[in-house]
Amino acid sequence: MNFNELLPLAVLASSLIPGLLIFALPESWVRLRTALNLFGALVKLALVLLLIVGVQAGESYGVHFAVLPGLDLAFKADALGLLFITLSAVLWLFTTLYAIGYLEGAPRRSRFFGFFSLCVTATMGIAMAANLFTFFVFYELLTLATFPLVVHRGTAASMRGGTTYLVYTLLGGAVLLTGIIWLHHLLGHTDFAHAGIASALGSAYDFQLQMIFLLLMIGVGVKAAIVPLHGWLPQAMVAPAPVSALLHAVAVVKAGAFGIVRIVYEVYGIEFAQSLDLLLPLALFAALTIVWGSFRALFQDDLKKRLAFSTVSQVSYIVLGVALFGPIGTVGGLVHLVHQGIMKITLFFCAGNYAETLGIHKVSEMNGAGRRMPLTSIAFTIGALGMMGAPLTAGAVSKAWLMDGASAAGMDWAIWVLWTSSLLNAAYFLPILWRLWFKSVPKVWPGEHIAARGWRETAWLLLLPPVVTAAMTLAAGTLSNNQMSPLSWAKLIAEREYLHETIIRTP
Amino acid sequence: MMVWLILLPLLWASFAFLLGPGRGTWLAMAGLFAQLWLAFALASEIVAGGAVIHAIGGWGAPLGIDLVADGLSAAMLLLTQCIALPLAVYAHAYFKRDDPAVTYFWPLVGFLLAGLNALFLSADLFNIYVTLELLGLAAVGLVAAGGGAQQIAAALRYLFATLVGSGAYLLGVALIYGAYGTVSIHTLTPLITAEAPDLVWIAGGLMMVGLMLKTALFPFHFWLPPAHGGAPAPVSALLSAVVVKASFYLILRLWIGPFSSLTDAAGLVVWLPALLGALAIFWGSYQAIRAERLKMLIAYSTVAQLGYLFLIFPLLASAGALQAGIMQAFAHGLAKAAMFMAAGTLIKATGQDLVAGLAGVAERMPVTLFAFGLAGITLMGLPPSSGFLAKWQLIELALSQQYWVIAFVVLVGGLLAAVYVFRVLRQAFLLAPANSVVTPVPRTLEWTAFVLAAASVLLGLRGVELMQLVGVT
Repeated sequence: MNFNELLPLAVLASSLIPGLLIFALPESWVRLRTALNLFGALVKLALVLLLIVGVQAGESYGVHFAVLPGLDLAFKADALGLLFITLSAVLWLFTTLYAIGYLEGAPRRSRFFGFFSLCVTATMGIAMAANLFTFFVFYELLTLATFPLVVHRGTAASMRGGTTYLVYTLLGGAVLLTGIIWLHHLLGHTDFAHAGIASALGSAYDFQLQMIFLLLMIGVGVKAAIVPLHGWLPQAMVAPAPVSALLHAVAVVKAGAFGIVRIVYEVYGIEFAQSLDLLLPLALFAALTIVWGSFRALFQDDLKKRLAFSTVSQVSYIVLGVALFGPIGTVGGLVHLVHQGIMKITLFFCAGNYAETLGIHKVSEMNGAGRRMPLTSIAFTIGALGMMGAPLTAGAVSKAWLMDGASAAGMDWAIWVLWTSSLLNAAYFLPILWRLWFKSVPKVWPGEHIAARGWRETAWLLLLPPVVTAAMTLAAGTLSNNQMSPLSWAKLIAEREYLHETIIRTP
Repeated sequence: MMVWLILLPLLWASFAFLLGPGRGTWLAMAGLFAQLWLAFALASEIVAGGAVIHAIGGWGAPLGIDLVADGLSAAMLLLTQCIALPLAVYAHAYFKRDDPAVTYFWPLVGFLLAGLNALFLSADLFNIYVTLELLGLAAVGLVAAGGGAQQIAAALRYLFATLVGSGAYLLGVALIYGAYGTVSIHTLTPLITAEAPDLVWIAGGLMMVGLMLKTALFPFHFWLPPAHGGAPAPVSALLSAVVVKASFYLILRLWIGPFSSLTDAAGLVVWLPALLGALAIFWGSYQAIRAERLKMLIAYSTVAQLGYLFLIFPLLASAGALQAGIMQAFAHGLAKAAMFMAAGTLIKATGQDLVAGLAGVAERMPVTLFAFGLAGITLMGLPPSSGFLAKWQLIELALSQQYWVIAFVVLVGGLLAAVYVFRVLRQAFLLAPANSVVTPVPRTLEWTAFVLAAASVLLGLRGVELMQLVGVT
């Protein structure tokens, strides 16, 4: 086994092995557990960096094992996969730091961090899967590894959230499996390839391929929280804040969105999907989700629930970008995969900080919190402005490319959808910012757990991650032309997807 | 080698009996270890050089007794020994010295394994009858060994079912012997293919029904839940994981062997086992979802999981169907043994056997709950597990032969399994009530179950060798 085969496996192992070791650790061995967590996260980052350098230089990384005759567990680390891997690896490090601070002194931490590492391993597997079979294996593993995290608190409410999550994801998984096996039966394999594999079948199979597409989209659409399959996501907000970050930014909804990208580009191929009339319905569902999610967010007083509906809306930006037939829309969708992740994780970190420090869970309790927790609130403000697509933030870059993509594809209605969503975003985020900065400080906070010490408004492990991710949001917005920016990477992928067209124009 | 697979368990069982109640454990373990090694050696020999025939004492059939092992029998032998060894380690830690259930435990287990191994190696219908009786009586003895009133009642019910089952089988064998003058499977196959009078149809029907009764296929499952749910945990594990598979193996062996010409001509009748299998999946899962007691839940899950095995019969036109069936047999065997063992540990620790009483065990007994969860993944057919591979194979076969209904049953069955598995896991993840007590249990109990559960999952990452073995005829 040579280096290029070993590297993808090492990326998996860098979270799997620490995870398994952590399960075995006694509860009280805090230091070793923290060391293992951080060691794994840093090793993974280093490995991912090696991959990025290699892929940019044109190396290919992959390995496969036979599971059954004719059925392979296969991995590859290509440009598209790396986009997701890098996002998850970076955010995992910060989520781990945050979780260490968040759970300080809490019970059942070995179990928590064990499953946490398994989740990231599953996410890496999803990103590096080289065929649908492997994708499915890790997609279901992700469901199983997140369930214990969602129900971590062990209360009746968290059980309800966890059960809803399972019902949606297991049903979705069964539908996805049906689609995959059907495709495997028709083609004899389900390997991802540039420009797709499905077009190899003759036109007699068009109807079957359309049905399979429907099944696959329902299957991954559950995790991507596409309306009407989104019901689990707002329910799952009962989970602790680091888990919400994991669900909304690092792993779960991203896995669904990434699945859509892989299936459209590398199973069907964008042009073949267009010729089967699959992209327009997908775009319509994405548009419906974008508007509906934003609309529902307006009426949520619970902060995390409002953010959850916001995720429902924002993740479908990615889907919309994919469904816009054209390279510019592709860039917009792919770059939003990363941008939505860093913006939303900032918001969830901040929501967790308000809850842990001051006991604030509701929007109506946030009056004056900006003065008590300025750093957290600045980070929150940057994240919220990014979600609205304000200039200088990552959100502005995504939105510009998406809108250009829509007009390039001749789908002007999609531009209106994006504007409507921006307005709705402003309508549910601006009141929060107003309360944070301009309302007076209440006499007592709902439940103050952590006292301010100098400039440190809360525990520093809770403060650092949102500040860093907020800075990343600004950096992605202002330095988008840098060679290492998510945008440049998305362009690289889009150029490889649409070989015959080149992207010159920058909006 | 094959002879020793039968003689070894007989030997250590006899010694254990002579040594007296509860003794002979170490001898048994040494024997089981040797058996496991023999089964592996046999399997690799078959993969390398094809099926093996051994004439005992040098007297071949029809005068003497032949032992025959092809890929199918070797796979079943391997499964049996793989489960038996960890189970014995578990049982040793599970039973207290003065437990009435342990009095004849080792001799009975030895005879049971001898019966099983002989059954998988037998090549004639009458020998198979003898092994079936040995197996059935030893199993009934194990169920009754606890001595409680309920256990005796369950054992009597089981005895009735197993005797009626082998009676029907024996009647069929007698009719076949009357018609063809031989009971050798090898000789019978061409004879039945050449000419099959109506009597043979009746004989075949009797044998199949008798064996289905022993396999507890719906609607003949009535005896299984009380017997498996009421026996001590190590016994439940052994019965659910391997003993019911023995009669399934025979149905399969006869179906693709001597009776293959009949099943080809039978038309829609081949759908009968699959129909009963589908009903078993639905009914067993429904009862498992409703069950209040943990071991009853698992026992009904066995009823449901056995149903999958029977879904392969209409698909046997493809070579892959046999492989799917064996993969499911392995998946269920390993996972169900692990699950009963984990349940036994949970019951021992919490002092009660209600699903509702499991709150908090995720925190207090993580290893056991992990074992339960991993076994559950296999039963639900979620990846990466052997159960998933079995389901993948079944669904793909069903699609390739346009039998959508089978694919649908498999998928729905997996979801129903998720309902009853997560019923237990949810309860276990709840916070423990303040007054609950968990007695410490030996670690051996926790880890042996874990090993089997992990094996059921890991097989899902590498099924190539097993499929290769099953393919050898």
